[in-house]
Amino acid sequence: MFVIGELINGMYSYIGKAITQKDKSVIQKYAIDQIKAGADALDVNCGPLSKQPVSDIQWLIEAIQEVTDKTICIDSSNPEVIASGLKVARNKTIINSTTADKAKMDKLIPLAKQYHAKLIGLTISASGIPQNKDQRMELAVQIVSACSEAEFPLEDLFLDPIVMPINVAQAQQREILESIREFKIISDPSPKTIIGLSNVSQGTFVRPLINRTFLVMAAAFGLDAAILDPLDTELLDAGITADLILNKQIFCDKYLDAYRKK
Amino acid sequence: MALQLMMDKWSGSISVVTIGSTKDNGGTRIKSIDIGGEETLPCLFQEANFKYRPRIAFEILDIPAVEWPDELRKAYGKALDNPLKWADKCANEFKAECLCVRLQGAHPDSGNRPVKDEVDFIKELLKTTGLPLIILGCSDDAKDNLLLPACSEATKGERCLIGSALQDNYKTLTACVLADGHNIIAESPIDINIAKQLNILISDMGLPLERIVINPTIGSLGYGLEYAYSIMERARLAALAGDKTVASPFICFVGAESWKAKEAKVSLANQGIIWEALTATALIQAGADLLVMRHPKAIEKTNKYIDNLFRR
Repeated sequence: MFVIGELINGMYSYIGKAITQKDKSVIQKYAIDQIKAGADALDVNCGPLSKQPVSDIQWLIEAIQEVTDKTICIDSSNPEVIASGLKVARNKTIINSTTADKAKMDKLIPLAKQYHAKLIGLTISASGIPQNKDQRMELAVQIVSACSEAEFPLEDLFLDPIVMPINVAQAQQREILESIREFKIISDPSPKTIIGLSNVSQGTFVRPLINRTFLVMAAAFGLDAAILDPLDTELLDAGITADLILNKQIFCDKYLDAYRKK
Repeated sequence: MALQLMMDKWSGSISVVTIGSTKDNGGTRIKSIDIGGEETLPCLFQEANFKYRPRIAFEILDIPAVEWPDELRKAYGKALDNPLKWADKCANEFKAECLCVRLQGAHPDSGNRPVKDEVDFIKELLKTTGLPLIILGCSDDAKDNLLLPACSEATKGERCLIGSALQDNYKTLTACVLADGHNIIAESPIDINIAKQLNILISDMGLPLERIVINPTIGSLGYGLEYAYSIMERARLAALAGDKTVASPFICFVGAESWKAKEAKVSLANQGIIWEALTATALIQAGADLLVMRHPKAIEKTNKYIDNLFRR
């Protein structure tokens, strides 16, 4: 499982404050803590309160690159912010994200190609959030076709089925899980699959347990990557163990340490 | 239609281990050898570059090899009764590029030579030959825990490869190898899970994974070779996919295993040599990086095989 740490996001007050005060040490601490905990990449989002996201994203990325060469996942719904982040990124990058809307894909797919970045495609469009597996598949196929036409390598595309909170969309959870499996058969080579995990437990009282259970189930459906809180040790342990059971890692008694050493 | 090869691209690679330290690097060896570094599965020459080819070490003992089969004994003649002359013969007559000395005489059942005598022998050996050295204990845990630290200290700075660390007995050896700048052999009983666990245990003590060589334990031709093959393949697939905890080069004790086979010991001329050479070539295809062998003819044949295989 490719783990993208979600904690460097301006929506969290400690990061928002660090961005306002330009306090690199906070950002760098969260970067290092997440990597030590087992993250393969770091999501970076200026948050809704940032007044100058185009320059803030550059400051964030530069601060992170001073302490790690891990992949940076540039997270914004605004393509200009993403383009600005890509300009200063020396580490490998992932664009987070495009939707299935043509206007957005027309901007972001060429950017991903230009900067050799990977690309997250959300199965969502201007007409709304999909309500079932078929709608997700339809949007996924649109994204795959657009990438294919633009000759963007499909193995660098991560499709996100859009995880919905369980307390508002209980009936959709199975559809979401099945979408993960079906996304993989859209093309050969297969696109990869990704979820923003924490959404599933939004607004509930037992968030860690719901996150953990969903992650393990998604792994069983073939999930390749997840954006999550790597400092939740039990969550990551469960994900690592799921990989082990799926024979993606060689077992040994210290397999949890082995994963974090990689 | 022209044949089209399916190419894989891997994210991981095998670590490179250097054995032997020359004058420039603070040692006294006349040369050093590098093993490992593979970026794909064995022999897939189209898929990646193979920077380092498999290497062969001549196995010698610290005592006369009285129990070796006649065919082996004949190859070395009288030198076999004097380990230093034996080492010299390997180096000068057979052009060995690395020596592996097994301190069998220290074993309680094989003479129980005192640690001091073994250390003196190792010091003499360093003077006799400038080749990179692999040093093996006597396979008695208690004795090895006295013997190997002393040998490690006596060869400090020579960047030897010393073995073997086992899952139940790795701490003493790891500590001295770390202190004296050597590499370590991590031995597991044809078991990938233990191989991985042991590498983690050793690296937890502070020895970098890049100084570990895995002894996966092998069987010779007809005696479980295929089990060793499957373990080595499994480790390589994981390592190439990015698991650094199993991304170590392999050392295979081809000579010791092959000459145990009854087919090798029969008095049919050349059969032992063929047994040893065939075991070696099969293991090269499984990904062996360092082969410890016994018969000079088998070594010559295997070297020829390596030359042909790696002629690109």
